Amino acid sequence: MIDAAPRPAASGATTLDSHALPGPRVVLGVDAPLRLDGGAELGPFTVAYQSYGRLNAERSNAILVCHALTGDQYVVGPHPVTSKPGWWEAVVGPGKVLDTRRYFVLCANVLGGCMGTTGPREIDPRTGRRFDLGFPVITVRDMVRAQAMLLDHLGIDSLFCVIGGSMGAMQVLEWAASFPDLVFSAVPIAGSARHSAQNIAFHEVGRQAIIADPDWCGGSYADQGRRPERGLAVARMAAHITYLSEIALHRKFGRQLQDRERLSYGFEADFQVESYLRFQGASFVERFDANSYLYITRAMDYFDLARDVGGPLALAFQGTKTRFCVISFSSDWLFPTAESRDVVRALNAAAANVSFVEVQSDKGHDAFLLEEPEFHATLAGFLAGAAEHRGLARA
Amino acid sequence: MTAELRRDLRLVADLVPAGARVLDIGCGDGMLLETLWREKGCDGRGIELSMAGVNACVTRGLAVIQGNADTDLADYPDTSFDMVVLSQTLQAVRRPRRVLEQMLRIGSRAIVSFPNFGHWSARWQLAWRGHVSGGGLVDEPWYRTANIHPCSIADFVDLCVRAEIAIERGWTMGRDGPPRPIRAGANLFAREAVFLLAQA
Repeated sequence: MIDAAPRPAASGATTLDSHALPGPRVVLGVDAPLRLDGGAELGPFTVAYQSYGRLNAERSNAILVCHALTGDQYVVGPHPVTSKPGWWEAVVGPGKVLDTRRYFVLCANVLGGCMGTTGPREIDPRTGRRFDLGFPVITVRDMVRAQAMLLDHLGIDSLFCVIGGSMGAMQVLEWAASFPDLVFSAVPIAGSARHSAQNIAFHEVGRQAIIADPDWCGGSYADQGRRPERGLAVARMAAHITYLSEIALHRKFGRQLQDRERLSYGFEADFQVESYLRFQGASFVERFDANSYLYITRAMDYFDLARDVGGPLALAFQGTKTRFCVISFSSDWLFPTAESRDVVRALNAAAANVSFVEVQSDKGHDAFLLEEPEFHATLAGFLAGAAEHRGLARA
Repeated sequence: MTAELRRDLRLVADLVPAGARVLDIGCGDGMLLETLWREKGCDGRGIELSMAGVNACVTRGLAVIQGNADTDLADYPDTSFDMVVLSQTLQAVRRPRRVLEQMLRIGSRAIVSFPNFGHWSARWQLAWRGHVSGGGLVDEPWYRTANIHPCSIADFVDLCVRAEIAIERGWTMGRDGPPRPIRAGANLFAREAVFLLAQA
């Protein structure tokens, strides 16, 4: 029986030292390393995770939450570095959509991440030095395999649901394709079965901003006591625009000026939107590692489920028994509805049990993180229906 | 929890064999699919245009996608269903013939119901009053209706012949009462028709 893990304490620490982070972590791949898609072997490696709620006696109520590119395992806050609420506080908790009185909710920091799971800033046990760019390039499938090893370690042999948005949705689809028998239901939100050319292009802008920062030092900035904060901040600023929508930006900021009456006729942050982006960039570097950003964006770029199975996407889901609920948002231009529809089309072609909803929202890609009642109603309804089919007791 | 089914849906529910794989196109709030699941253990799927309808279905634990009959049927493999249902929607789709053919490609059988615009009241409205209002068969005036392809029972039977679709059985419905097997004169006297179709 796994009890609810202790909630992360509000330490207020601004350090990025992952060993000071609260929450359980396990060492995996000791006996046999994880063979990565890129050919390298990784092991032993560490996975840091958080859990909320209680695993039932039948071990049938586990929900795996897969986090997005810059998310982490602290689904519910306060966040140990920023002290802010968790990234999915709107959805996870007692009485919420992912009701922790009913479900055992688990979220692990992805492979390549910087919140305790092995990634480029951790020590390579073979050399005793930081991985930095010596860290092998990983894929979404590698992340999922690492999560599967964690579940194995925890003695959880089936998941009631795997759920996640954005890169989390990629992991959900990978889970359903790679471990169909372990996944009773799957909810890919605002995702895609392959990363589009436009999205790869945006990622490349972010990576080049990091690499162009002199403080990046060829990736070994930590050894030199430096951090490519400007490059990482620019990467975050560019990416952040893609998470919003024009209408959301306009509603929030318009052309309003920041703390001033008139234009400066210079390059200060005259406009509120500039000030906002600068703040987003500056606060991001407090909690995220630049090399992790390179590796995780790369993993997303490489994601193409149809290519992995060597045929039409439907092949990835052939014979699946998993219940799917695919959700997109109408104003999401990073992972537009058309890409979710491609997934639905493939699932239909595989005669899978699939529901699909495009939620009307003007909040862009980030809508999955926000208060969006229609979305939450769909999610709650789907989970309730799946729980009935699974025979799960009510909370 | 079984609420009263609309009578055409009740007829459909009675026609579907237990355990069948069913696709309900335009499934609304999912009443039929839920009934089929609870009463007959059917593996049901739905397609529904409205967000409210899809949400209602998903909340009932049904597998429903947001989509429409004209564009989304092409995705399903051949004979992936035992029964494909299209209730009161044929007259509102863009390409009715194509939709019928798709239904019988992905399903071994199909059930289609529609308002019969050959009913005497519609004829009366047009012949004597000069109005294309549908004679009270539909609630909406012509400028607001979604019915872009109204047809009569005779029109429908013609199309089935043309498209080589076999009509296995037919029923008609009046304003009240249970559906009755189709008889001569139905095109004049029936307000609604229900047909069980198969690949010819």
